[in-house]
Amino acid sequence: MADLYRADVLISCLHGQSADLAPTFRQEIERRGMAGEVRVVETGCRGFCSVGPVVSIQPDGEFYVNVQPADVPEIVEETLVKGRPVQRLTYKEPTTRKSITKYDDIPFYGKQMRIVFRNTGLIDPQSIDEYIAVGGYEALGKVLTSMTPEEVIEEVKKSGLRGRGGAGFRTGRKWESTRKAKGDVKYVIANGDEGDPGAFMDRSLMEGDPHAVLEGMAIAGFAVGANQGYVYVRDEYPLAVKNLNLAIQQAHEYGLLGEDILGSGFAFDIGIVRGAGAFVCGESSALMQSLEGKVGEPRSKHVHATDRGLWDRPSCLNNVETLANIPVIMLRGAEWFASIGTENSKGTKGFCLVGKIRNPGLIEVPMGMTLKEIIYDIGGGPPRGRKVKAVQTGGPSGGCIPTSRLDLAVDYETLSQAGSMMGSGGMIALDDRTCMVDISRFFLEFLKDESCGKCAPCREGIKRMLEILTAISNGDAKMGDIDTLETLAKTVQAASLCGLGKSAPNPVLSTLQYFRQEYEQHITEKFCPSGVCRSLVAYVVVDDKCKGCGLCIKVCSQESIAGSAKQPHVIDQATCIQCGACFDACRFDAIQVIPRSQVELLPKQEVHA
Amino acid sequence: MPKIKSLDELRNLRSQLKQEIKARTETSTTITVGMGTCGIAAGAREIMQAFLDELDRRQIDAHVVTTGCIGMCSKEPLVDIQQGDGPRITYGNLKPNMVPQIIEEHLIQGKVVSKWTVGQLAKEA
Amino acid sequence: MNGDRVNQIIDAYGGDRTSTLAMLQDIQREYNYLPREALELIARRLELPPGHVYQMATFFKAFSLSPKGEHICKVCLGTACHVKGGAIILEALEREFKVKSGSTTADGKLSVEGVRCLGACALAPIVVVDDEPHGQMSSDTSIKLVQEVVSGQVAKAPAPAEVKPAVVRAAVDLSAVPPAG
Ligand SMILES: Cc1cc2nc3c(=O)[nH]c(=O)nc-3n(C[C@H](O)[C@H](O)[C@H](O)COP(=O)(O)O)c2cc1C
Ligand code: FES
Repeated sequence: MADLYRADVLISCLHGQSADLAPTFRQEIERRGMAGEVRVVETGCRGFCSVGPVVSIQPDGEFYVNVQPADVPEIVEETLVKGRPVQRLTYKEPTTRKSITKYDDIPFYGKQMRIVFRNTGLIDPQSIDEYIAVGGYEALGKVLTSMTPEEVIEEVKKSGLRGRGGAGFRTGRKWESTRKAKGDVKYVIANGDEGDPGAFMDRSLMEGDPHAVLEGMAIAGFAVGANQGYVYVRDEYPLAVKNLNLAIQQAHEYGLLGEDILGSGFAFDIGIVRGAGAFVCGESSALMQSLEGKVGEPRSKHVHATDRGLWDRPSCLNNVETLANIPVIMLRGAEWFASIGTENSKGTKGFCLVGKIRNPGLIEVPMGMTLKEIIYDIGGGPPRGRKVKAVQTGGPSGGCIPTSRLDLAVDYETLSQAGSMMGSGGMIALDDRTCMVDISRFFLEFLKDESCGKCAPCREGIKRMLEILTAISNGDAKMGDIDTLETLAKTVQAASLCGLGKSAPNPVLSTLQYFRQEYEQHITEKFCPSGVCRSLVAYVVVDDKCKGCGLCIKVCSQESIAGSAKQPHVIDQATCIQCGACFDACRFDAIQVIPRSQVELLPKQEVHA
Repeated sequence: MPKIKSLDELRNLRSQLKQEIKARTETSTTITVGMGTCGIAAGAREIMQAFLDELDRRQIDAHVVTTGCIGMCSKEPLVDIQQGDGPRITYGNLKPNMVPQIIEEHLIQGKVVSKWTVGQLAKEA
Repeated sequence: MNGDRVNQIIDAYGGDRTSTLAMLQDIQREYNYLPREALELIARRLELPPGHVYQMATFFKAFSLSPKGEHICKVCLGTACHVKGGAIILEALEREFKVKSGSTTADGKLSVEGVRCLGACALAPIVVVDDEPHGQMSSDTSIKLVQEVVSGQVAKAPAPAEVKPAVVRAAVDLSAVPPAG
């Protein structure tokens, strides 16, 4: 067996001057008669070379820099004998660091408030120890040892927490219904399906702080009376599956999942189920069908899942972000949580701020912040030379909010009233190079592929709407088509079985509400001003603006642009595919979008390759 | 790993872990690489390897750890360097060929390579 | 296809019908597609109508009924990547490698497909080659990347660690499970 020492003196940086340090320490320790108690260990370089030889004393962790042999007696006397640090040798921050901006002073972070994403990017998600060190599982411990399930539910109700999966259902109420439902076997399910194409908060959360989700689920299990939970993870997120799996394993090893958690008698286990790539499986009844190993088709909602869900047992389904809020609410109290946000939307919301924006990324802001603050202050506004045209929220179930309404506050009701919705948190900035007809078409194409086909309004209605939108963007539509589109949209909205169909027309309706004239322009002028609908546009060089820099020649994948240095370049209309790469690359605004019909009117130009 | 049997045991473990992590970070250099999906998409794996290789070459004993997504995805790959109980300095948009210079200047000479920094995370109180 | 391997996968779930989805996922992972014989074997072993297994195999996007190429290139067509020109990259790849999206080159080397969001939207447009995501791509860089991978200049990224999905059935008392059908 190894000898036991009271303390270790670790000496590092052995490249330079510290060669005598270890012998000096050994001598001094011997002299003080502590040779059997204290061990001297020479370790490698620790990357502190600028501060000279470094000595650290374990287990207390005193850390001395620039230690010279002459300092040794003092260290031994003070730290090893008397247990006090030697102040003059402790590490001080070099002054050069001061000039670097603090995170809080970076606008991107300054306006954010991190509750759900409190640990992501800071701790190692694959280590339960790091989670525990920052206070993890403390909330579960508190709940299990000092609260009744009813008290937990009451606390969640008081906090005002609402579901982050889209619809904003009150979490406390959902838990209460599940608790009250009859049955011995109940389930807690975490929705990590994140189907919104353009959102990744749930992924970041499951990858970056999986224990927060597990802890929230265990608390939910205790509150609703379930002993089994499942996390349903989207198929495209292998790293999330891996980290969650590891987290579950570690929690088991510590007894934080399994039988008799923390001596409370409460048992809870969690399994992971991978989705298989179907957007509709994010919908609650389809998700449960899929968990049962069936095709994920939604059921009609005359029975609530809280009464009869998975295997017809009472089931409580929450989004993973909703669940990650729970431990914090339990520790800091419902009142604290309810003090953040607006009247009806409490706490914070994570968003994926992406699209045509300077600082795309994952953000978390208090509810009630305006879209303008989010887009301009946090996101840094649109890229050079562009203008924000609209913001898309809520994914395929949401809508587009135009620039004129960017002073809207982010909360559930406000966004719905504006024709969009909170959704799971995708937030996509669109600029004047984004065509609204194309965006509608994009979402409907997505929804056409994802409609499960069970009910006719959704299956057929979406297909017909998509046909009209395709005709508009190809220039084949006539004026009355917009009205047909609207009628169809309202029918699909009213008659579909599940949330997918009911919300599918939102992208169309909201863009029609705010950008109708853009639709009309496609039909009457046969022109797409954003240059996106390719059959309606052509790209040409404006001769007196072109400096002949050759950048467009470089980016053209078709090799359709020619011209010599400092001479205006020419685009060969016969081979151009209207991808717009040259337009985006040009620094002098020398490329212009014109209606396709005007190409014939252009003077004939010779293109020399 | 022993099972934790009560809230008190959890709290004890927590303070012990806190101590250990503190001791680890305060007496050493911690290099944290953001390895969420976006980090990997931006090339974090190569950056991590470049750090490991360079540390190995120079025989520097630093902790290289990974973490999830901190949100500034457009600046990925992101790497935090913390020495002792100093602030966590974040470098962004890294390329493998920048790594030797960061190790030389930041770790060896103690000068932050400020032209590549994104910011610093002040220590928790 | 190796019938023993499929039998092993079925056995790993105790031949349990409620784990059909998980079995299909494992088979897809093993072969990169669902061979017809495997579907038939599952139907036989689990005493399910073949149509039932086929329904699952066609409902979920993760499954493919035809073999995929040696290398798989996925171009993201999620919202963020769409507005940043993901579709144009896909088209460029289709043209360059003479392959339609969703199919495989004649020599079986490369499959190209469009997918909906890979969860790295801030780095849009995203292209994934052999499970390794790449951000902020353009037509040119994508073509170059795929060329390098197909010609073997870049080693295939190591397969992600195997994860054992939960057997949902395990925690359910069997009387609660409605009979299949
Ligand atoms: C078509 C459709 C897709 C959905 N996708 C998701 C999803 O990906 N993630 C999610 O959490 N909720 C999704 N939902 C909402 C869920 O049905 C459910 O309301 C939510 O998971 C409940 O959790 P919450 O109360 O915590 O929000 C979707 C709903 C519909 C109709
Ligand atoms: S939209 Fe392409 S990664 Fe999300």
